Amino acid sequence: MSHYLVLAGILIVVAGFALRLNPMLVVTVAAIATGLLGGMSLFDIVSLFGKGFNDSRLIAIVWIVLPVIGLLERFGLQQRAAAVIRGIKAATVGRLLILYLLFRQGTAAMGLISIAGHPQTVRPLVAPMALAAAEQQHGELDEAETERIKALAAATDNVGVFFGEDIFIAIGSIVLIQQTLATYGYNLAPFELAIWAIPTAIAAALIHGTRLLLFDRRLRRRGK
Amino acid sequence: MITVQWAYSLAGLMFAAFSLLSLGDRANRKRFGNAAFWGLMALSLLAGSWLGDFVNGLLVLALAGIAGFGLMGKGAPPTTSDEERAKWSARLGNRLFLPALIIPITALVGTLVYNYTPLGSMGLIEAKRETYIFLCVGALIALGVLYLWLKPPPAAPLQEGRRLIDAIGWAAVLPQMLAALGVVFASAGVGTVIGEATRSVVPEGSVFLTVLVFGVGMALFTIIMGNAFAAFPVMATAIGVPLLIQNYHGDPAVVGAIGMLTGFCGTLMTPMAANFNLVPAALLELKDRNGVIKAQIGTALPLFAVNIALIYFLAFR
Repeated sequence: MSHYLVLAGILIVVAGFALRLNPMLVVTVAAIATGLLGGMSLFDIVSLFGKGFNDSRLIAIVWIVLPVIGLLERFGLQQRAAAVIRGIKAATVGRLLILYLLFRQGTAAMGLISIAGHPQTVRPLVAPMALAAAEQQHGELDEAETERIKALAAATDNVGVFFGEDIFIAIGSIVLIQQTLATYGYNLAPFELAIWAIPTAIAAALIHGTRLLLFDRRLRRRGK
Repeated sequence: MITVQWAYSLAGLMFAAFSLLSLGDRANRKRFGNAAFWGLMALSLLAGSWLGDFVNGLLVLALAGIAGFGLMGKGAPPTTSDEERAKWSARLGNRLFLPALIIPITALVGTLVYNYTPLGSMGLIEAKRETYIFLCVGALIALGVLYLWLKPPPAAPLQEGRRLIDAIGWAAVLPQMLAALGVVFASAGVGTVIGEATRSVVPEGSVFLTVLVFGVGMALFTIIMGNAFAAFPVMATAIGVPLLIQNYHGDPAVVGAIGMLTGFCGTLMTPMAANFNLVPAALLELKDRNGVIKAQIGTALPLFAVNIALIYFLAFR
């Protein structure tokens, strides 16, 4: 039973997030507790934690776009994005986000993950466009609707990338699947794996697209 | 050769500037906290490769302490008002999109040209890191164009960047913290224990229930770790390979590919996948930290069911 003790870190994380404690502290405490219960010394835990952090610095590179995005916002990029959408009478939140979903799935399937994203496209373009489309169709939005539309814009970006990228043969997850299976003697070409990402990609587009259109309908039906 | 360290250094210099500008921002009562936090981030990006694991670890503990004990505030960098922005937007028109497109187009064209022309074989850029390098190049070109065209105050890009990074706050660093936690989990044997536990609940003889446990295991362990990459080797070792592939003769390509995508459904539902779920909530200034997750559950659950069905019907044709 004692080896189940290392799962205490998971409990700390779950409890910490549920109690809305600061995630930075929760994660740190969970790491130290897990390491100690796993029989590591404090020095080793801190070193391992530092190594893990240092090895994942690629995640931080995307912030390099912030000065450009901020500067463009200074000159009214979000207002401009909204103005363009107001010029397109047929634009709705659902239709706009479906278009973005397909763009994101399509480009991710070609391996182009970092060309768009939350800082690069969602905050400066997609979210203001979606809000403008909703206002044009339905008038003033309340706070809950504004929040929901912004959240849907971010969600659409995630769904697009997650269920597009594995169609590309040289993406990290395909390599990981290939390597894991190869250790058991199943030598698959990346192409054989990538092709099986297509059914899920289609299902993701259908499910998320339907939800977006239903959201349009819900906005349409609300009391004016 | 242009290595990814060049990109780290560029981002590091940017964070160093955020730190210095924070220090001078008297509107922020907690400006020393912000300066220290972004300063440590700069140090990690600039010097992390040479500090050694233990010093990097201390650096991470300091970041966690500053963020965790509420020592960071929000700066008030000089920017334009909504009215001014509306005026600029009307005046500049759709030309304003052009600099915004420079970054994605540079990343796109750069990556394609690098990979599909002889340029790529010359070894100019560290392998598999070219998109990151072109992302940086695109950002620099866009900045140059904006300086020439709109002539903002010299410090404006850094101040505007600081405005955005302060809006995101410590959430900008959380994804790396979670990656580090994943490393500690893995090394303490969490994956092995989870794998054994999952294996022990698989009922004998039912292919469908085995597929279901495999899928639930992928999604749940991904929710815990925030990353399907951590879950896949564990679930493949516990159930995917010995039971689905070897015992029931499932197609390894289907089990592998769609198994991973079943994990991705978990990624949509967990705050542990901070860079996909919590960071955009901060970036879009949502009131509800979990707003993005809530918007995703309605897609993630049906898609999870579809994936289970796909594995069951496609792997055992």
